[in-house]
Amino acid sequence: MAKREYSFYPGCSSQKGASSSNYLVSVQTMCEELDIQLNEIPDWNCCSASIGYAGGGELPRLALSARNIALSEEHNPGQEIVATCAACWLATRETQERLQHDQGLLAETNTALAEAGLKLKNETPIKHMAEVLIEDIGYDAIGAKVKKPLEGIKIAGYVGCQTNRPFGIHGESYENPKYLDKLVETLGADSIPAYEKKVQCCGGALAFSEPEKSQEMIKGIIEAAYDHGADMIVTPCPVCQMNVEVYQDQINATFGTKFKMPVVYYSTLMSVAYGRSAADSALNGQVIPAKQLEEIAAK
Amino acid sequence: MSDMNTAMIEKYRNSFLSEVEANVEEGEWVKMCMQCGVCAGSCPLGNAWEHTPQKIFMMIRAGKRDEVLTSDSMWMCTSCYNCIVRCPRELPITHIMHGLAHYAKRLGIVPKGQPTATFAQLFWDNLMKKGRVNELKLGIDLYFKVGEGMKTALKNKDIGLAMWKAKRLNPMEFFGGHSIKDVSGLHKIIAKAQELEDARIAKHGG
Repeated sequence: MAKREYSFYPGCSSQKGASSSNYLVSVQTMCEELDIQLNEIPDWNCCSASIGYAGGGELPRLALSARNIALSEEHNPGQEIVATCAACWLATRETQERLQHDQGLLAETNTALAEAGLKLKNETPIKHMAEVLIEDIGYDAIGAKVKKPLEGIKIAGYVGCQTNRPFGIHGESYENPKYLDKLVETLGADSIPAYEKKVQCCGGALAFSEPEKSQEMIKGIIEAAYDHGADMIVTPCPVCQMNVEVYQDQINATFGTKFKMPVVYYSTLMSVAYGRSAADSALNGQVIPAKQLEEIAAK
Repeated sequence: MSDMNTAMIEKYRNSFLSEVEANVEEGEWVKMCMQCGVCAGSCPLGNAWEHTPQKIFMMIRAGKRDEVLTSDSMWMCTSCYNCIVRCPRELPITHIMHGLAHYAKRLGIVPKGQPTATFAQLFWDNLMKKGRVNELKLGIDLYFKVGEGMKTALKNKDIGLAMWKAKRLNPMEFFGGHSIKDVSGLHKIIAKAQELEDARIAKHGG
Protein backbone atom coordinates (compact mmCIF):
# COMPACT_ATOMS: atom_id res chain seq x y z
CA MET A 1 0.00 0.00 0.00
CA ALA A 2 1.31 3.41 -0.90
CA LYS A 3 2.13 5.59 2.02
CA ARG A 4 -0.50 8.27 2.67
CA GLU A 5 0.76 11.64 3.84
CA TYR A 6 -1.15 14.32 5.69
CA SER A 7 -0.29 17.69 7.16
CA PHE A 8 -0.86 17.11 10.86
CA TYR A 9 -2.32 19.53 13.40
CA PRO A 10 -1.92 17.77 16.77
CA GLY A 11 -3.16 20.54 19.07
CA CYS A 12 -2.17 21.73 22.55
CA SER A 13 -3.64 18.90 24.59
CA SER A 14 -1.63 16.29 22.66
CA GLN A 15 1.76 17.71 23.62
CA LYS A 16 4.15 15.86 25.91
CA GLY A 17 2.85 15.91 29.45
CA ALA A 18 -0.52 17.35 28.40
CA SER A 19 -3.99 15.95 28.99
CA SER A 20 -4.33 13.94 25.78
CA SER A 21 -0.67 13.03 25.23
CA ASN A 22 -1.87 9.42 25.38
CA TYR A 23 -4.11 10.09 22.37
CA LEU A 24 -1.11 11.18 20.30
CA VAL A 25 0.93 8.10 21.28
CA SER A 26 -1.83 5.73 20.18
CA VAL A 27 -2.51 7.73 17.00
CA GLN A 28 1.14 7.46 16.04
CA THR A 29 1.04 3.70 16.61
CA MET A 30 -2.19 3.34 14.64
CA CYS A 31 -0.75 5.38 11.76
CA GLU A 32 2.41 3.27 11.64
CA GLU A 33 0.25 0.20 11.20
CA LEU A 34 -1.91 1.83 8.52
CA ASP A 35 1.08 3.25 6.66
CA ILE A 36 -0.02 6.83 7.25
CA GLN A 37 2.66 9.50 7.55
CA LEU A 38 1.77 12.56 9.60
CA ASN A 39 3.83 15.66 8.82
CA GLU A 40 3.36 18.09 11.69
CA ILE A 41 2.55 21.67 10.69
CA PRO A 42 5.71 23.53 11.73
CA ASP A 43 5.18 25.93 14.63
CA TRP A 44 1.39 25.44 14.76
CA ASN A 45 -0.47 27.48 17.40
CA CYS A 46 -3.56 27.02 19.58
CA CYS A 47 -6.88 27.43 17.76
CA SER A 48 -8.56 28.89 20.92
CA ALA A 49 -11.02 25.97 20.78
CA SER A 50 -14.62 27.00 21.43
CA ILE A 51 -13.83 29.01 24.51
CA GLY A 52 -11.63 31.82 23.14
CA TYR A 53 -14.56 34.10 22.47
CA ALA A 54 -14.48 36.12 25.69
CA GLY A 55 -11.01 37.51 25.05
CA GLY A 56 -10.82 37.06 21.31
CA GLY A 57 -13.13 38.75 18.83
CA GLU A 58 -14.03 37.25 15.49
CA LEU A 59 -11.00 38.35 13.47
CA PRO A 60 -8.31 37.58 16.09
CA ARG A 61 -9.81 34.10 16.53
CA LEU A 62 -9.99 33.48 12.79
CA ALA A 63 -6.39 34.69 12.49
CA LEU A 64 -5.23 31.95 14.88
CA SER A 65 -6.50 29.12 12.70
CA ALA A 66 -5.64 31.01 9.51
CA ARG A 67 -1.99 31.07 10.64
CA ASN A 68 -2.03 27.28 10.96
CA ILE A 69 -3.62 26.76 7.54
CA ALA A 70 -1.15 29.21 5.97
CA LEU A 71 1.82 27.45 7.61
CA SER A 72 0.51 24.13 6.34
CA GLU A 73 0.07 25.46 2.81
CA GLU A 74 3.59 26.87 2.86
CA HIS A 75 5.46 23.93 4.41
CA ASN A 76 3.29 20.91 3.56
CA PRO A 77 1.88 21.95 0.17
CA GLY A 78 -0.65 19.68 -1.45
CA GLN A 79 -1.28 17.74 1.76
CA GLU A 80 -4.69 17.68 3.38
CA ILE A 81 -4.71 18.92 6.97
CA VAL A 82 -5.72 16.33 9.55
CA ALA A 83 -6.53 17.04 13.18
CA THR A 84 -7.07 14.49 15.92
CA CYS A 85 -8.72 16.91 18.36
CA ALA A 86 -12.37 17.68 17.72
CA ALA A 87 -12.04 21.33 18.74
CA CYS A 88 -8.91 21.84 16.62
CA TRP A 89 -10.64 20.36 13.61
CA LEU A 90 -13.80 22.36 14.18
CA ALA A 91 -12.05 25.70 14.69
CA THR A 92 -9.80 25.21 11.67
CA ARG A 93 -12.59 24.10 9.36
CA GLU A 94 -14.93 26.83 10.61
CA THR A 95 -12.26 29.41 9.88
CA GLN A 96 -11.78 28.07 6.40
CA GLU A 97 -15.51 28.19 5.63
CA ARG A 98 -16.06 31.63 7.16
CA LEU A 99 -13.20 33.04 5.10
CA GLN A 100 -14.42 31.32 1.94
CA HIS A 101 -17.80 32.98 2.36
CA ASP A 102 -16.60 36.44 3.37
CA GLN A 103 -14.02 38.01 1.09
CA GLY A 104 -13.78 41.10 3.30
CA LEU A 105 -12.77 39.02 6.32
CA LEU A 106 -10.35 37.03 4.14
CA ALA A 107 -8.65 40.25 3.03
CA GLU A 108 -8.39 41.45 6.63
CA THR A 109 -7.04 38.07 7.74
CA ASN A 110 -4.35 38.20 5.09
CA THR A 111 -3.44 41.74 6.12
CA ALA A 112 -2.93 40.41 9.65
CA LEU A 113 -0.98 37.33 8.51
CA ALA A 114 1.31 39.51 6.40
CA GLU A 115 2.67 40.93 9.66
CA ALA A 116 4.52 37.61 10.03
CA GLY A 117 5.18 37.10 6.32
CA LEU A 118 2.36 34.60 5.84
CA LYS A 119 -0.36 34.31 3.21
CA LEU A 120 -3.51 32.23 3.27
CA LYS A 121 -4.65 30.55 0.07
CA ASN A 122 -7.35 28.72 2.01
CA GLU A 123 -7.66 25.83 -0.43
CA THR A 124 -6.55 22.91 1.74
CA PRO A 125 -9.15 20.33 2.81
CA ILE A 126 -9.32 19.99 6.60
CA LYS A 127 -10.18 16.58 8.02
CA HIS A 128 -10.66 14.88 11.33
CA MET A 129 -8.69 11.66 11.78
CA ALA A 130 -12.01 9.79 11.92
CA GLU A 131 -12.69 10.98 8.35
CA VAL A 132 -9.28 9.76 7.26
CA LEU A 133 -10.01 6.33 8.72
CA ILE A 134 -13.53 5.93 7.43
CA GLU A 135 -13.43 7.80 4.13
CA ASP A 136 -9.81 7.44 3.01
CA ILE A 137 -8.83 4.06 4.51
CA GLY A 138 -12.19 2.31 4.89
CA TYR A 139 -13.49 -0.40 7.22
CA ASP A 140 -12.17 -3.27 5.10
CA ALA A 141 -8.59 -2.02 5.17
CA ILE A 142 -8.90 -1.20 8.87
CA GLY A 143 -10.20 -4.69 9.59
CA ALA A 144 -7.56 -6.40 7.46
CA LYS A 145 -4.83 -5.26 9.87
CA VAL A 146 -6.45 -6.75 12.97
CA LYS A 147 -4.18 -9.34 14.59
CA LYS A 148 -5.88 -9.63 17.97
CA PRO A 149 -9.65 -9.19 17.69
CA LEU A 150 -11.09 -7.50 20.77
CA GLU A 151 -13.38 -10.45 21.38
CA GLY A 152 -15.80 -10.43 24.27
CA ILE A 153 -15.43 -6.71 25.05
CA LYS A 154 -18.59 -4.63 24.94
CA ILE A 155 -17.88 -1.02 24.03
CA ALA A 156 -20.17 2.01 24.06
CA GLY A 157 -19.32 4.32 21.16
CA TYR A 158 -19.45 7.85 22.54
CA VAL A 159 -19.15 10.18 19.57
CA GLY A 160 -19.79 13.36 21.56
CA CYS A 161 -20.47 16.76 20.04
CA GLN A 162 -17.78 18.38 18.01
CA THR A 163 -16.60 15.37 16.00
CA ASN A 164 -20.24 15.04 14.99
CA ARG A 165 -21.62 18.56 14.71
CA PRO A 166 -21.79 20.76 12.73
CA PHE A 167 -19.63 18.93 10.16
CA GLY A 168 -19.56 15.27 11.12
CA ILE A 169 -18.59 12.34 8.96
CA HIS A 170 -19.95 12.20 5.42
CA GLY A 171 -23.08 10.07 5.14
CA GLU A 172 -23.61 9.86 8.93
CA SER A 173 -26.53 11.49 10.74
CA TYR A 174 -26.11 14.05 13.52
CA GLU A 175 -28.60 12.30 15.75
CA ASN A 176 -27.48 8.71 15.38
CA PRO A 177 -24.01 8.38 13.87
CA LYS A 178 -22.97 4.77 13.47
CA TYR A 179 -19.34 4.92 12.40
CA LEU A 180 -17.90 4.38 15.86
CA ASP A 181 -20.09 1.30 16.35
CA LYS A 182 -18.98 -0.02 12.95
CA LEU A 183 -15.37 0.58 13.91
CA VAL A 184 -15.84 -1.29 17.20
CA GLU A 185 -17.32 -4.23 15.29
CA THR A 186 -14.51 -4.09 12.72
CA LEU A 187 -12.01 -4.55 15.56
CA GLY A 188 -13.86 -7.64 16.78
CA ALA A 189 -15.53 -6.12 19.83
CA ASP A 190 -19.27 -5.82 20.53
CA SER A 191 -20.86 -2.43 19.83
CA ILE A 192 -23.94 -0.88 21.40
CA PRO A 193 -25.83 0.73 18.50
CA ALA A 194 -28.70 1.77 20.79
CA TYR A 195 -26.44 3.64 23.24
CA GLU A 196 -28.70 6.64 23.66
CA LYS A 197 -26.04 9.00 25.02
CA LYS A 198 -23.74 8.64 22.02
CA VAL A 199 -24.07 12.32 21.05
CA GLN A 200 -24.82 13.79 24.49
CA CYS A 201 -22.73 16.82 25.47
CA CYS A 202 -20.21 16.29 28.32
CA GLY A 203 -20.07 20.01 29.09
CA GLY A 204 -16.92 20.64 27.08
CA ALA A 205 -14.97 23.55 28.54
CA LEU A 206 -17.80 24.18 30.98
CA ALA A 207 -16.68 21.08 32.90
CA PHE A 208 -14.11 23.53 34.31
CA SER A 209 -16.30 26.58 34.87
CA GLU A 210 -19.63 24.87 35.67
CA PRO A 211 -18.52 21.55 37.19
CA GLU A 212 -21.82 20.64 38.88
CA LYS A 213 -23.91 21.15 35.75
CA SER A 214 -21.40 19.30 33.58
CA GLN A 215 -20.93 16.37 35.93
CA GLU A 216 -24.66 15.77 35.94
CA MET A 217 -24.46 15.32 32.15
CA ILE A 218 -21.35 13.15 32.42
CA LYS A 219 -23.16 10.96 34.94
CA GLY A 220 -25.85 10.26 32.35
CA ILE A 221 -23.26 9.32 29.73
CA ILE A 222 -21.61 6.76 32.02
CA GLU A 223 -24.84 5.46 33.53
CA ALA A 224 -26.31 4.67 30.12
CA ALA A 225 -23.14 2.77 29.19
CA TYR A 226 -23.49 0.65 32.34
CA ASP A 227 -27.19 0.10 31.62
CA HIS A 228 -26.25 -1.42 28.28
CA GLY A 229 -23.65 -3.68 29.91
CA ALA A 230 -20.66 -1.83 28.48
CA ASP A 231 -17.16 -2.75 29.65
CA MET A 232 -15.74 0.54 28.43
CA ILE A 233 -16.49 3.69 26.47
CA VAL A 234 -14.65 4.72 23.31
CA THR A 235 -14.48 8.27 21.99
CA PRO A 236 -12.76 10.28 19.25
CA CYS A 237 -12.53 13.53 21.27
CA PRO A 238 -9.88 14.59 23.84
CA VAL A 239 -12.30 16.72 25.85
CA CYS A 240 -14.93 13.95 25.92
CA GLN A 241 -12.28 11.43 26.97
CA MET A 242 -10.98 13.53 29.83
CA ASN A 243 -14.33 14.77 31.06
CA VAL A 244 -15.93 11.34 31.08
CA GLU A 245 -12.91 9.57 32.58
CA VAL A 246 -11.42 11.78 35.29
CA TYR A 247 -14.45 13.05 37.22
CA GLN A 248 -15.90 9.63 38.06
CA ASP A 249 -14.71 9.75 41.69
CA GLN A 250 -16.31 13.18 42.19
CA ILE A 251 -19.52 11.99 40.52
CA ASN A 252 -19.52 8.92 42.78
CA ALA A 253 -19.13 11.17 45.83
CA THR A 254 -21.97 13.46 44.70
CA PHE A 255 -24.46 10.89 43.46
CA GLY A 256 -23.56 7.78 45.45
CA THR A 257 -22.73 5.86 42.28
CA LYS A 258 -19.88 3.36 41.95
CA PHE A 259 -18.61 4.22 38.50
CA LYS A 260 -15.27 2.91 37.34
CA MET A 261 -15.72 2.91 33.60
CA PRO A 262 -12.61 3.04 31.41
CA VAL A 263 -12.81 5.63 28.61
CA VAL A 264 -10.44 5.04 25.71
CA TYR A 265 -9.67 6.49 22.30
CA TYR A 266 -10.47 4.63 19.07
CA SER A 267 -6.74 4.77 18.37
CA THR A 268 -6.05 2.86 21.60
CA LEU A 269 -8.50 0.14 20.58
CA MET A 270 -6.94 -0.06 17.13
CA SER A 271 -3.37 -0.20 18.42
CA VAL A 272 -4.25 -3.09 20.76
CA ALA A 273 -6.18 -4.91 18.03
CA TYR A 274 -3.22 -4.46 15.70
CA GLY A 275 -1.10 -6.40 18.17
CA ARG A 276 0.91 -3.54 19.58
CA SER A 277 2.14 -3.30 23.17
CA ALA A 278 0.33 -1.64 26.07
CA ALA A 279 2.88 1.20 25.97
CA ASP A 280 2.49 1.75 22.20
CA SER A 281 -1.28 1.75 22.70
CA ALA A 282 -0.87 4.30 25.53
CA LEU A 283 -2.76 2.12 28.01
CA ASN A 284 -0.51 3.59 30.70
CA GLY A 285 -2.22 6.91 29.99
CA GLN A 286 -5.51 5.69 31.44
CA VAL A 287 -6.62 7.20 34.74
CA ILE A 288 -9.11 4.33 34.97
CA PRO A 289 -7.21 1.31 33.62
CA ALA A 290 -8.68 -0.63 30.70
CA LYS A 291 -7.78 -4.05 32.11
CA GLN A 292 -9.32 -6.13 29.31
CA LEU A 293 -7.21 -4.26 26.76
CA GLU A 294 -4.12 -4.69 28.95
CA GLU A 295 -4.74 -8.44 28.99
CA ILE A 296 -5.03 -8.62 25.20
CA ALA A 297 -1.93 -6.46 24.73
CA ALA A 298 0.03 -8.75 27.11
CA LYS A 299 -0.88 -11.95 25.19
CA MET B 1 -15.67 50.16 28.57
CA SER B 2 -18.77 51.74 30.09
CA ASP B 3 -18.20 54.81 27.83
CA MET B 4 -18.57 52.50 24.88
CA ASN B 5 -21.74 51.07 26.37
CA THR B 6 -23.19 54.57 26.74
CA ALA B 7 -22.18 55.45 23.18
CA MET B 8 -23.87 52.35 21.82
CA ILE B 9 -27.08 53.01 23.75
CA GLU B 10 -27.13 56.51 22.31
CA LYS B 11 -26.42 55.42 18.74
CA TYR B 12 -28.88 52.54 18.62
CA ARG B 13 -31.51 54.13 20.83
CA ASN B 14 -34.37 52.86 18.74
CA SER B 15 -33.19 49.47 17.65
CA PHE B 16 -31.27 46.90 19.62
CA LEU B 17 -31.71 44.56 16.63
CA SER B 18 -29.71 46.98 14.46
CA GLU B 19 -27.05 47.19 17.15
CA VAL B 20 -26.76 43.39 17.24
CA GLU B 21 -26.70 43.14 13.47
CA ALA B 22 -23.89 45.66 13.23
CA ASN B 23 -21.78 44.60 16.19
CA VAL B 24 -22.36 40.95 17.06
CA GLU B 25 -20.69 38.10 15.17
CA GLU B 26 -23.33 36.56 12.85
CA GLY B 27 -25.87 39.00 14.35
CA GLU B 28 -27.48 39.60 10.97
CA TRP B 29 -29.11 36.18 11.34
CA VAL B 30 -31.21 37.12 14.39
CA LYS B 31 -34.19 38.32 12.38
CA MET B 32 -34.39 34.95 10.62
CA CYS B 33 -35.50 33.17 13.82
CA MET B 34 -39.05 31.84 13.48
CA GLN B 35 -39.52 31.12 17.21
CA CYS B 36 -40.03 27.38 16.86
CA GLY B 37 -38.10 26.63 20.06
CA VAL B 38 -36.11 23.68 18.75
CA CYS B 39 -32.89 25.34 19.99
CA ALA B 40 -34.31 25.72 23.48
CA GLY B 41 -35.36 22.08 23.56
CA SER B 42 -32.05 20.89 22.12
CA CYS B 43 -29.69 22.68 24.49
CA PRO B 44 -27.98 20.27 26.92
CA LEU B 45 -27.87 23.00 29.56
CA GLY B 46 -31.23 24.45 28.56
CA ASN B 47 -32.49 24.24 32.12
CA ALA B 48 -29.62 26.46 33.28
CA TRP B 49 -30.35 29.32 30.90
CA GLU B 50 -32.21 32.29 32.29
CA HIS B 51 -33.31 32.96 28.70
CA THR B 52 -33.02 30.24 26.04
CA PRO B 53 -31.68 31.18 22.58
CA GLN B 54 -35.25 31.30 21.27
CA LYS B 55 -36.16 33.86 23.92
CA ILE B 56 -32.95 35.81 23.41
CA PHE B 57 -33.74 36.23 19.71
CA MET B 58 -37.22 37.55 20.51
CA MET B 59 -35.87 39.78 23.28
CA ILE B 60 -33.36 41.29 20.86
CA ARG B 61 -36.18 42.12 18.47
CA ALA B 62 -38.24 43.53 21.34
CA GLY B 63 -35.38 45.84 22.28
CA LYS B 64 -34.63 44.25 25.67
CA ARG B 65 -31.03 45.39 25.52
CA ASP B 66 -30.01 45.26 29.18
CA GLU B 67 -31.86 42.03 29.88
CA VAL B 68 -30.03 40.30 27.03
CA LEU B 69 -26.52 41.69 27.35
CA THR B 70 -26.27 41.52 31.15
CA SER B 71 -27.76 38.04 31.24
CA ASP B 72 -25.49 35.09 31.92
CA SER B 73 -27.52 32.93 29.52
CA MET B 74 -25.19 32.92 26.55
CA TRP B 75 -22.29 32.02 28.86
CA MET B 76 -24.07 28.68 29.40
CA CYS B 77 -23.35 27.63 25.81
CA THR B 78 -21.21 24.46 25.80
CA SER B 79 -20.56 24.74 22.04
CA CYS B 80 -22.23 21.38 21.40
CA TYR B 81 -23.74 22.62 18.11
CA ASN B 82 -27.02 20.77 18.65
CA CYS B 83 -28.99 23.96 18.01
CA ILE B 84 -27.06 24.73 14.83
CA VAL B 85 -27.70 21.42 13.14
CA ARG B 86 -31.35 21.29 14.18
CA CYS B 87 -32.42 24.88 13.44
CA PRO B 88 -34.90 24.69 10.53
CA ARG B 89 -33.78 28.15 9.40
CA GLU B 90 -30.09 27.31 9.72
CA LEU B 91 -29.21 30.12 12.11
CA PRO B 92 -25.62 29.75 13.37
CA ILE B 93 -26.97 29.90 16.92
CA THR B 94 -23.79 28.75 18.70
CA HIS B 95 -21.82 31.51 17.00
CA ILE B 96 -24.45 34.14 17.77
CA MET B 97 -24.33 33.14 21.46
CA HIS B 98 -20.53 33.43 21.42
CA GLY B 99 -20.89 36.74 19.60
CA LEU B 100 -23.34 38.12 22.16
CA ALA B 101 -21.08 36.96 24.98
CA HIS B 102 -18.08 38.65 23.38
CA TYR B 103 -20.04 41.85 22.74
CA ALA B 104 -21.18 42.00 26.38
CA LYS B 105 -17.57 41.46 27.41
CA ARG B 106 -16.39 44.25 25.13
CA LEU B 107 -18.98 46.59 26.61
CA GLY B 108 -17.90 45.62 30.13
CA ILE B 109 -21.36 44.53 31.27
CA VAL B 110 -20.89 40.81 31.94
CA PRO B 111 -22.31 39.73 35.34
CA LYS B 112 -19.51 39.96 37.88
CA GLY B 113 -17.83 36.64 38.63
CA GLN B 114 -19.60 34.75 35.82
CA PRO B 115 -17.43 31.61 35.88
CA THR B 116 -17.40 30.79 32.16
CA ALA B 117 -16.70 34.43 31.25
CA THR B 118 -13.76 34.38 33.66
CA PHE B 119 -12.49 31.01 32.46
CA ALA B 120 -12.86 31.94 28.79
CA GLN B 121 -10.78 35.09 29.34
CA LEU B 122 -8.13 33.11 31.26
CA PHE B 123 -7.99 30.61 28.38
CA TRP B 124 -7.41 33.39 25.84
CA ASP B 125 -4.77 35.13 27.96
CA ASN B 126 -3.05 31.79 28.58
CA LEU B 127 -2.78 30.79 24.92
CA MET B 128 -1.71 34.29 23.89
CA LYS B 129 1.41 34.19 26.07
CA LYS B 130 3.22 31.48 24.11
CA GLY B 131 0.87 30.54 21.30
CA ARG B 132 -0.11 27.29 22.98
CA VAL B 133 -2.17 26.49 26.05
CA ASN B 134 -0.29 25.81 29.26
CA GLU B 135 -2.68 23.39 30.94
CA LEU B 136 -0.97 23.47 34.33
CA LYS B 137 -1.16 27.26 34.63
CA LEU B 138 -4.70 27.25 33.29
CA GLY B 139 -5.65 24.73 35.96
CA ILE B 140 -4.08 26.80 38.75
CA ASP B 141 -5.78 29.96 37.46
CA LEU B 142 -9.04 28.04 37.28
CA TYR B 143 -8.89 27.02 40.93
CA PHE B 144 -7.89 30.43 42.23
CA LYS B 145 -9.74 32.83 39.92
CA VAL B 146 -12.88 30.86 39.04
CA GLY B 147 -13.14 28.41 41.93
CA GLU B 148 -12.67 28.95 45.62
CA GLY B 149 -8.89 28.85 45.70
CA MET B 150 -7.31 26.23 47.94
CA LYS B 151 -10.67 24.60 48.63
CA THR B 152 -11.17 23.92 44.91
CA ALA B 153 -7.52 22.97 44.45
CA LEU B 154 -7.78 20.43 47.27
CA LYS B 155 -11.05 19.08 45.93
CA ASN B 156 -9.33 18.38 42.61
CA LYS B 157 -5.95 17.27 43.92
CA ASP B 158 -6.67 13.58 43.34
CA ILE B 159 -7.49 14.26 39.70
CA GLY B 160 -4.24 16.19 39.30
CA LEU B 161 -2.31 13.39 40.92
CA ALA B 162 -3.94 10.74 38.72
CA MET B 163 -3.25 12.81 35.61
CA TRP B 164 0.37 13.27 36.68
CA LYS B 165 0.76 9.51 37.22
CA ALA B 166 -0.68 8.91 33.73
CA LYS B 167 1.87 11.45 32.40
CA ARG B 168 -0.95 13.74 31.32
CA LEU B 169 -0.02 16.61 33.62
CA ASN B 170 3.48 17.95 33.97
CA PRO B 171 4.39 20.08 37.03
CA MET B 172 7.40 21.42 35.10
CA GLU B 173 5.01 23.31 32.83
CA PHE B 174 4.99 25.86 35.64
CA PHE B 175 8.48 26.89 34.57
CA GLY B 176 8.02 27.94 30.99
CA GLY B 177 6.30 25.08 29.26
CA HIS B 178 5.33 24.49 25.64
CA SER B 179 5.64 27.39 23.23
CA ILE B 180 5.61 28.17 19.54
CA LYS B 181 8.89 29.52 18.13
CA ASP B 182 7.54 32.63 16.45
CA VAL B 183 5.71 34.13 19.42
CA SER B 184 6.45 37.67 18.28
CA GLY B 185 5.09 36.91 14.80
CA LEU B 186 1.88 35.56 16.32
CA HIS B 187 1.56 38.62 18.55
CA LYS B 188 1.97 40.88 15.53
CA ILE B 189 -0.72 38.97 13.62
CA ILE B 190 -3.18 39.16 16.52
CA ALA B 191 -2.41 42.84 17.18
CA LYS B 192 -3.11 43.67 13.55
CA ALA B 193 -6.30 41.57 13.56
CA GLN B 194 -7.43 43.39 16.70
CA GLU B 195 -6.62 46.75 15.13
CA LEU B 196 -8.65 45.94 12.01
CA GLU B 197 -11.56 44.67 14.10
CA ASP B 198 -11.46 47.74 16.36
CA ALA B 199 -11.54 49.98 13.28
CA ARG B 200 -14.64 48.20 12.02
CA ILE B 201 -16.30 48.50 15.42
CA ALA B 202 -15.45 52.21 15.65
CA LYS B 203 -17.10 52.72 12.29
CA HIS B 204 -20.33 51.14 13.56
CA GLY B 205 -20.17 52.85 16.91
CA GLY B 206 -18.99 56.26 15.72
